[in-house]
Amino acid sequence: MSQKLLLSNEDLRIILYRLACQLKETHDDFAQTLLVGLQPRGVRLAERLVHILTDHYKVANLQLSKLDITFFRDDFRRGDKVLNPNANMMEASIENKRVVLIDDVLYTGRSIRSALTAIDSYGRPAEIQLLTLIDRRFSRHLPIQPDFCGRQVDAIQNERVVVCWEEEDNEDAVYLVNK
Amino acid sequence: MSELSVKHLLGIKYLTEKDIHLIFETAAQFKEVINRPIKKVPSLRDITIANLFFENSTRTKLSFELAQKRLTADVINFSASMSSLKKGETLIDTVNNILSMKVDMVVMRHSSAGAASFLAKHVDASIINAGDGAHEHPTQALLDTFSIQERLGDVAGKKVVIIGDILHSRVALSNIFALQKLGAEVRVCGPSTLIPKHIDSLGVGVETDVNKALEWCDVANVLRVQFERMSASYFPSNREYAAFYGITQPMLAALDKEIVIMHPGPINRGVELSSEVVDSHQSIILDQVENGVAIRMAVLYLLAAKK
Repeated sequence: MSQKLLLSNEDLRIILYRLACQLKETHDDFAQTLLVGLQPRGVRLAERLVHILTDHYKVANLQLSKLDITFFRDDFRRGDKVLNPNANMMEASIENKRVVLIDDVLYTGRSIRSALTAIDSYGRPAEIQLLTLIDRRFSRHLPIQPDFCGRQVDAIQNERVVVCWEEEDNEDAVYLVNK
Repeated sequence: MSELSVKHLLGIKYLTEKDIHLIFETAAQFKEVINRPIKKVPSLRDITIANLFFENSTRTKLSFELAQKRLTADVINFSASMSSLKKGETLIDTVNNILSMKVDMVVMRHSSAGAASFLAKHVDASIINAGDGAHEHPTQALLDTFSIQERLGDVAGKKVVIIGDILHSRVALSNIFALQKLGAEVRVCGPSTLIPKHIDSLGVGVETDVNKALEWCDVANVLRVQFERMSASYFPSNREYAAFYGITQPMLAALDKEIVIMHPGPINRGVELSSEVVDSHQSIILDQVENGVAIRMAVLYLLAAKK
């Protein structure tokens, strides 16, 4: 197993500030916006963005929800693994809100498809956007593209993109791991 | 990623403590699901489940059916009154016929103890025991212990007394296993005619004085007097049972602590519990019912995942 550094601590910092800036540019005061981190790994990214938006761009009253898509996945009973759920904390209603789905890596697009189905259970949002830190282009199974993207990566199938966060992995970095 | 150690849910006896905690963790997520505006997830959309109730049931059947529908499973129901068993077909034949129609899981209630285990040995589908005679009723015990954990934070170290007809009760046996696996201390209480001989071999204390039992416990799980299972007179009359074993508000008020009251339903108001007690804030009877759906969703989900 070999690994290559894709994004260093500094690269990641710059990208996070840029993504936050892009969100700010599109959503202004975030009054009608709901940020939704996908469990488990998208939530960390969403929390970082909220932190930057609150501290640096002085956005008040940001709403961050956590969406668990386990029960909506299309690979239940198709793999060897049982899919165990994570906590789900959604606003009671997303009716007419502008929703931004936030996940760390966009790969086949299947998680996002599940998230779009899951979101349906909470109402009809005005619009749904997608923000991902890494976009593994050329490996999509579904017609799904991000609206905000940290970095595009060309990775072949037996490579894996691993996003590390200070809070749980002791460093901020993104690696390309060869399985 | 964790999974259950069993392919069927035949009884609490066959589960590990880890299995029970996994079911609880999953049920907690499903409880959130059933409180959403849209209370349904598509996890089991390609699964067909047969509910075979060879013995009458209202709430367990409703609860299972609701759990299955909330998971988007296809459901077929079958009850004893319309079964071919009356025409002489054996249980295995009946079930195999149903399975030929491509059914993936079977939820079964039967009046014979061991019916679910027997079926699990002979047919190729996941079996969930929804009560077999006076043997086990595992989902009831899971929802009872889940409700205790929800109210008191933990089951371990708690003192639980099961009061009433222990002899005819599958709820009692499953509860004893579940509580002990989770580290609670268990006693049973009731007229000595309704306490099975040798129950102490399960490591369960016996108390015949209901006031002493209430003083001792943190939780009282009060069982229904099962008139329909009684082939002989185990106590002189309902009134006498209520006088000696019925729990009333003054009895609870006399205690120096606030205990939790549970009942698996259906309640005989004025017999095992007075109406005041049933409707008091100490009673978690309706929480048990709500948790029942979440627990059954968790069991169905985790067993379906094993296929």
